[in-house]
Amino acid sequence: MSILDTFVAHAPALIVAIPLLGAFLVQLVGRLHEKAKVVFALLTILLTNCFLYLLTYDVFTNGIRTYIFGNADLTLPVVRILFEVDAMSIYMALISTTLILVAFIFSWVYMKDNTGLDKFYTLMLLLTAGMLGMVFTGDIFNFFVFLEITGISSAALVAFWVHKAEAVEAGFKYILISAIGALFVLFAIALLYGQYDALNIAVLAQSIQFTFLDKIALVILLVSLAMKAGLFPMHMWLPDSYSRAPAPVTIGLVAATLASFYGVLRVIFSLYGGIYSGTDLALLSTLTSTKFMGSLLIGLALLAILVGVIMALRQTDLKRLIAFAAVAEIGYMFLGIGTWMAAKTVHVDPDGIATAISILPYGNLALQGGIFHLFNDAFDIGLLFLVAGVIFFVTKERSLDNLSGLARHMKATTIFFIIGLCAVAGLPPLNGFASKLLLYESTFQLNPILGIVAIVGSILLLAVFVKVFYAAFMGPDLIKTNVHKEPRSMIIAMGILAAVIIIIGLFPDLFLTHFVEPATDALLNFSSYTNAVLIGGV
Amino acid sequence: MIYNIPYLVVVGLILIGLFAVMFKRNLIKIVIGVTLIESGVNLFLITLGFRKDGVAPIFTGLPEGVNYPADMALPVPQALTLTSIVIGVAVLALMLSMIIHLYRHHNTLDVSKIRRLKE
Amino acid sequence: MFTFETGSGFWNPLVWIIIFVVAFLIGYILRSFGKRSYKEGTEQTKSFLSGNEEYDKEHMQIKSSNLYWGFTESFSWLYSILKKLHTGNASDYIVWFVVVLGLFLLAGVML
Repeated sequence: MSILDTFVAHAPALIVAIPLLGAFLVQLVGRLHEKAKVVFALLTILLTNCFLYLLTYDVFTNGIRTYIFGNADLTLPVVRILFEVDAMSIYMALISTTLILVAFIFSWVYMKDNTGLDKFYTLMLLLTAGMLGMVFTGDIFNFFVFLEITGISSAALVAFWVHKAEAVEAGFKYILISAIGALFVLFAIALLYGQYDALNIAVLAQSIQFTFLDKIALVILLVSLAMKAGLFPMHMWLPDSYSRAPAPVTIGLVAATLASFYGVLRVIFSLYGGIYSGTDLALLSTLTSTKFMGSLLIGLALLAILVGVIMALRQTDLKRLIAFAAVAEIGYMFLGIGTWMAAKTVHVDPDGIATAISILPYGNLALQGGIFHLFNDAFDIGLLFLVAGVIFFVTKERSLDNLSGLARHMKATTIFFIIGLCAVAGLPPLNGFASKLLLYESTFQLNPILGIVAIVGSILLLAVFVKVFYAAFMGPDLIKTNVHKEPRSMIIAMGILAAVIIIIGLFPDLFLTHFVEPATDALLNFSSYTNAVLIGGV
Repeated sequence: MIYNIPYLVVVGLILIGLFAVMFKRNLIKIVIGVTLIESGVNLFLITLGFRKDGVAPIFTGLPEGVNYPADMALPVPQALTLTSIVIGVAVLALMLSMIIHLYRHHNTLDVSKIRRLKE
Repeated sequence: MFTFETGSGFWNPLVWIIIFVVAFLIGYILRSFGKRSYKEGTEQTKSFLSGNEEYDKEHMQIKSSNLYWGFTESFSWLYSILKKLHTGNASDYIVWFVVVLGLFLLAGVML
């Protein structure tokens, strides 16, 4: 085999191992010189990106790739830890590595005056390794371990500025939520292990019968992972921790929250895929429960959109306002999943006997919209948080009441903020509109009220960010400190995100057919997920 | 009935831990509640590996008349529990160090008074 | 590669950009029909505030928390409920978790 084939064959393990090794080496390398820490962290994440692009090309041409730890080939029964990379894992890993790369470029100047920077880069690289492990793994206890790694490192990062009381309070709330959520996930994993004696997701998916204990495990997994993803009414830790963390850390937190949302998708579509994607008539008894849970998810998602936007309208702290907008955006994603779960019909023949269960076509469209919106939301909210970070770095002010007239000195930031504003509010021709259009059209067909609430949420988001634009960027120059031009590394970081937003906005079909549709098909095709493990490996 | 007592203890521990987290005001008591939930889940994991009249799952030096692997307790839940205990220690250390910093800033341990981030 | 189809329609960003450019051109042509001869700095360019006095820009800037006063005042009943919801108490976050867990257990298991 050539060198490239060896790299591709070992890429799933290398992509998780390189940030993990780099996290501990950055302490040694950082003793050489001040800037050596940032450079080493940047090199680590660039190397991870290279391996990830190799793996992306391989997975999109050859299908699911599995990787066994401790043996060369996959032998049944599966007793070893397995990494199973399908198109949805690659989709999430692309989001995570791009956001962390942008965060490191941004932190070149932003964290320059802080001490303890070697611990900062160690924790950020540990967070990266945790997120990438979460999205690549095919073993549910391994998922729990990486979930805890992500939670612990991001909670320590939120409380990075320990001399400020609010940051430590936000960190404590985050670690409390993270610990209790992860412990309940472990409880559900123990329930599933006790019944089926298997920890591999594919083996569990094959052997799940929908007994009473399985239903309890499903509900506990769903609610705990939704709490870590920020669904209403468990969203209140999100504004606290997003607003008090340093700006590069906030982007890492956005990626970690979306990785927990990926956990929800894996549980519904791969672990319990036989019940939710299956179409044989034995599942008729679970149909009412599925539709009711889907309706409950839709109700909570609508409340999340409305509450997120209404609370954002009256905030004065800039980053807290953007965090409430992030709560509303997560509501859109859960709206997509809930519509898919509730969009099932039973075909009856003229005698009244049920013949088939099918998923209505707008259900798949809603799922595509939700997954597309995941990508768009990560980049839009990331760009807005970077703009808020630049404003805080230059003016040292948090509150919007004290900011005014920034457009005179910081022209690049103003342009990036306008791009972020239009993208988050779903204005054409940027990428927010493309995913929101899919969501509007599909949810409208389930029930008109859903589409109406989604559109009203977008309009109110536009109102929220126009308020920020007017208050912070327009108007006379009232800042008391010396406002200078923003540093060039921050412009580069914001430019990367803005470029991705504009490209996806101008070529939505390209992105949809090449990235979103393989990801959605990989989720819906749960039999290919299980067959990749159970019928021989690679 | 006697074989179900560990499961009842697990449910009791988790409920007491949740009660402590939800309704107690002292920050240290909230952390103790989290530790109780963690102990409950660890006990649940270990209890899953029970085999009646089973020996410790050590392969070399088995006593006479013991079949492998039918008479051994399950080893996998023991590995899962060890991992979970280590993770619990890390979470506990992080939470307690944050409480030390919070006490230095606010001079109180009451969770309803450490509420600068609200609404 | 520019259009994508949803189930009931299609979206093409190029069409939107063309419409935007055409609308901008129409607006620019209409603007060029205005008068070019006006005197700067006299009564012709001062803004009219219903007879009130116009201060300088530093005193006329509306702070951001007052910008949407009409909206927040008319929805003050909703905001008082939401403010009571977001207490900031760390144990209340877990109370909401248990409430939603109970709701989902009822929906998913009992039904």
